[in-house]
Amino acid sequence: MSDGIKKFMFVNTKAPYGTVYALESLEVVLISAAFDQDVSLVFCDDGVFQIMDKQNTEASGMKNFSNAYKALGDYDINKLYVEKESLEERGLTLDSLMDLTYEDEDDDWAEKPSINLVSRAELADLMDQQDVVISS
Amino acid sequence: MKFTLLINEGPYQHQASDTAYQFAKAAIEKGHEIYRVFFYNDGVNNATRLAVPPQDDRNITERWAELAKEHELDMVVCIAAAQRRGMLDADEAGRQGKDADNIHPAFRISGLGQLVEGGIQADRLLTFGD
Amino acid sequence: MAMLHTVNKSPFERNSLNSCLSKSKEGSTILLIEDAVVGALKGTKVAEQMAAAIANKNVCVLGSDLNTRGFAETDILDGIKIVDYAGFVDMVAEHSNVQSWL
Repeated sequence: MSDGIKKFMFVNTKAPYGTVYALESLEVVLISAAFDQDVSLVFCDDGVFQIMDKQNTEASGMKNFSNAYKALGDYDINKLYVEKESLEERGLTLDSLMDLTYEDEDDDWAEKPSINLVSRAELADLMDQQDVVISS
Repeated sequence: MKFTLLINEGPYQHQASDTAYQFAKAAIEKGHEIYRVFFYNDGVNNATRLAVPPQDDRNITERWAELAKEHELDMVVCIAAAQRRGMLDADEAGRQGKDADNIHPAFRISGLGQLVEGGIQADRLLTFGD
Repeated sequence: MAMLHTVNKSPFERNSLNSCLSKSKEGSTILLIEDAVVGALKGTKVAEQMAAAIANKNVCVLGSDLNTRGFAETDILDGIKIVDYAGFVDMVAEHSNVQSWL
């Protein structure tokens, strides 16, 4: 197994800014792109708040790192799973989130959405298929 | 079997580092290998050589250092997370123009790639956090 | 091989146990460690939810964390297995992957 490609899943369950986990988890994700592994990201529970559109940190003085999520597509990280139930519980829809896309090299570089809306049950199946799950 | 352990919380404030230590010890006793212990987030604070816990309490950093010495553990502190929190080894202190360093010699500073590589090389990666 | 899930926070403080229960598959194993051990106790408001989990998942608790917090084997729900750190290690080795619900 150690020479093959592993399935890495980063599970984001915490809101950004209140703690550093979202930012530092994203830093690991960006580094992981250099290792040619099968990388996916999950946003569930309060993790869905990480990819809210229109984050404005001007007055709070926090570092706004939300643009880095938009760069994921350029790093060939285009499997982003958002849990439907988590959005609903928080009164959100996909429209509340950033428009995250990637260019599909197998389809004449067509721009495609990176975000996949999945149910809780589908998410459980996806997690089950991973080799490495890193949550925060 | 090979394990990589990821520790995301500092000493004393959370039990994460204690649980990871007990896990590592038990794994070694059972004949498994700890491929790497990676310290991230506030977990980098486990590597301070300057902590002085009360005598009736465990010394978390020294305990890790002793286990590492005994079993040649590779204990890696994330450089980016460490710099953010003022954790520097002598080389890094020199490079950054700081007048002191605080990382215990049992730990080494390196990049986040070491965590990903730890996940690739080990049979299991296990996270201890909050 | 099924998946191992660990939970380390009290269900009376955080949602992580609930999150784990709702996103773990039948036949998987859930290990309660650190403050999450109180989720294994009898007579709590989550006891019913735990009983439902025990019916189709393997629920275990780290005995040392239970004892550390003043609880004994007799305080926990029937069907929850007590393990030590060596047992924890075995569980990680015997499952296909591990997710820590933080």
